Amino acid sequence: MKRVSKVLTALVLGTVLAGLAAGCGGGEKKADTIKVGANLEMTGGSASYGISSKNAIELAFKEINEKGGINGKQLELVVADNKSEAAEATNAMQKLVSQDNVVAVIGPNLSSSVIAASAINNSAKVLDIAPMATNPYVTVDQASGKTKDFNYRTCFIDPFQGTVMAKFATAELGVGNAAVLIDNSSDYAKGLAQFFKENFVKEGGAVTAEESYLQKDTDFKATLTKIKATNPDFLYVPGYYQEVGLIVKQARELGMNMPIAGGDGWDSAKMPEIAGAAALNNTYFSSLYSPEDSSDINKNFVAAYEKAYGQKPDVFAALSYDSALLVAEAIKNAGSTEPAKISEAMAKINGFSGVSGSVTFDDKHNPVKSAVILEYKDGAQSLKTKINP
Amino acid sequence: MNYLRKADLKRIVACAILFAAVQGMMFADIIGPFWELNIVLICINIILAVSLNLINGYTGQFSIGHAGFLAVGAYTGAIMTVKLGFPFEVALIVGTVAAGFLGFLIGLPTLRLNGDYLAIATLGLGEIIRICILNIDYVGGASGLMGIPRLTTFAWVFWIMIFIIFFIKNFKNSSYGRCCLAIRENEIAADTMGIDTTKYKVMAFTLGAAFAGTAGVLFAHYFYIAHPASFTFMRSFDILTMVVLGGLGSMTGSITGAILLTFISAYLAEYPEWRMIIYSVTMIVLMLHRPQGLFGNKELSMKMFGLGGGKDGRTAESK
Repeated sequence: MKRVSKVLTALVLGTVLAGLAAGCGGGEKKADTIKVGANLEMTGGSASYGISSKNAIELAFKEINEKGGINGKQLELVVADNKSEAAEATNAMQKLVSQDNVVAVIGPNLSSSVIAASAINNSAKVLDIAPMATNPYVTVDQASGKTKDFNYRTCFIDPFQGTVMAKFATAELGVGNAAVLIDNSSDYAKGLAQFFKENFVKEGGAVTAEESYLQKDTDFKATLTKIKATNPDFLYVPGYYQEVGLIVKQARELGMNMPIAGGDGWDSAKMPEIAGAAALNNTYFSSLYSPEDSSDINKNFVAAYEKAYGQKPDVFAALSYDSALLVAEAIKNAGSTEPAKISEAMAKINGFSGVSGSVTFDDKHNPVKSAVILEYKDGAQSLKTKINP
Repeated sequence: MNYLRKADLKRIVACAILFAAVQGMMFADIIGPFWELNIVLICINIILAVSLNLINGYTGQFSIGHAGFLAVGAYTGAIMTVKLGFPFEVALIVGTVAAGFLGFLIGLPTLRLNGDYLAIATLGLGEIIRICILNIDYVGGASGLMGIPRLTTFAWVFWIMIFIIFFIKNFKNSSYGRCCLAIRENEIAADTMGIDTTKYKVMAFTLGAAFAGTAGVLFAHYFYIAHPASFTFMRSFDILTMVVLGGLGSMTGSITGAILLTFISAYLAEYPEWRMIIYSVTMIVLMLHRPQGLFGNKELSMKMFGLGGGKDGRTAESK
């Protein structure tokens, strides 16, 4: 027993020391590769996001390198784990920019992590692009209201989904009046509802009723009856699937057969279980990405991803893939590996087409891009249409 | 007495030399920003470990809610500077006092419990604090309190750490500290000897909580953000692991544990899947091999104490 534990001790010490040696040697710079960092959630509560992102970025870099790389150089990915935590994301960002000397960073996916780490990459003047961080303050400084020079994102910000749905409801479904039912305990839902109302009215529609509920509520019949009395053609419920599932179910039970719609909070495999497949017919939600998108680049991406990892890419994978392509495009356009020049090139990207639609950055470094509308058909999601801004 | 004071003076001089060396290397860019960040993190973790050691090691109470006090310090400090515009010094004091006050309030009823029951109560407390913060919109709720300026510097964190280490060392050697040790060894016997056990337990708990609050203020003002996800019970366990690894009841042990674990975590950032395994295997081996921790409840000797604190410098050289 004693010998075993001695061997184990030696093993552990050996590994740690090897780690030390590896860590010390990390500062060298190879001439023939361009190092790009990925600050991702590899462990902790949001590890599934980080792993999808890492898979997709690796895939993108592999494809680029097989085609000869960027400006004759191969891309090299350096991953740093941020443990799904804001302070650790700062630590990982510091490591990437000062130890590994990366020319650009992709990630993190959690808004709070990007916001915490942004101080580091901005002072080091290294570009960071976040695939799925939707908080407005990811790219804009909260105190001064100025755009952060070196922060970009690949996803649109939440409220944009409200704008998209208003367009879809008026143009595609042709409805004239709508009711809104808001999850009052979430900023996400409130933001979506506000933008939906503004744009729905702008497009010539009228809002007949505006009601609210709280998370963990289970009985919505009283509220729904009140809404039903105003005779809306369309019901907008931008909440999360737990409550929305029940709302859809109870609305159908009350004989409310109008289209019901929401945002990407609806996107869950649990949705058909909660609401029932039949009740979900004639419901729609907006999202960033659908694997069913029929563009060539997306078809190739889905096929390559499935081949490499044996599963369909999720939204994190898709947007990380686009982020990787955007970084590569920016390096190519800059014609240099100078981090500041890459950032300049990124700001100028115009009409770049990725798997989640075309990307052009606005002055707040948010992409102006298309959104997808998904429809529930017999309990399964299917792509209804793509809405351009 | 005179001898002790002389010894302390020597130690402080040793600390000052260490500080000058590390700070010098930072200015000369021998220690890059990444290691600077990790050295600050080490200092913060040392504060947390020695303050938890005061409760768990010296007084023998099993508290696992330290992250809760860290959170109180972080948020109170951040509110003072971000929302109310007070200087950093005020934030430090207020954060410390707030966490200490909460520790006092919570300590009074819960410290009548012992063993497993106290552990569960403190675990619950840590979670309650986090959930409360999660639901207060004023401090940003689930998205965290953002836009905190980086006011913590190496100098601040180093000298606060030294102050706290000396404070706890002297506390342990005072009559109060000896009462705490007596309680650890045998609570009934201590009670029989006329020691007001609740009073000393609450005293140790309050002090430990207050210093965790100080660490919180430093933490929030270094990492730009106070976020509920940084203060989960996993964080409490991290601190507890540092203390147990070094040896419950050994201050130099806590310091070594904090340095060791922070470095393992930093070095293995590139190999996240390995980090957790190495971390766990280290713990298992240690518990099989040395269940009392690296140092047991002994301290490194006076001369070696300089070495114990000198780990900072040594790792810096190895870079």
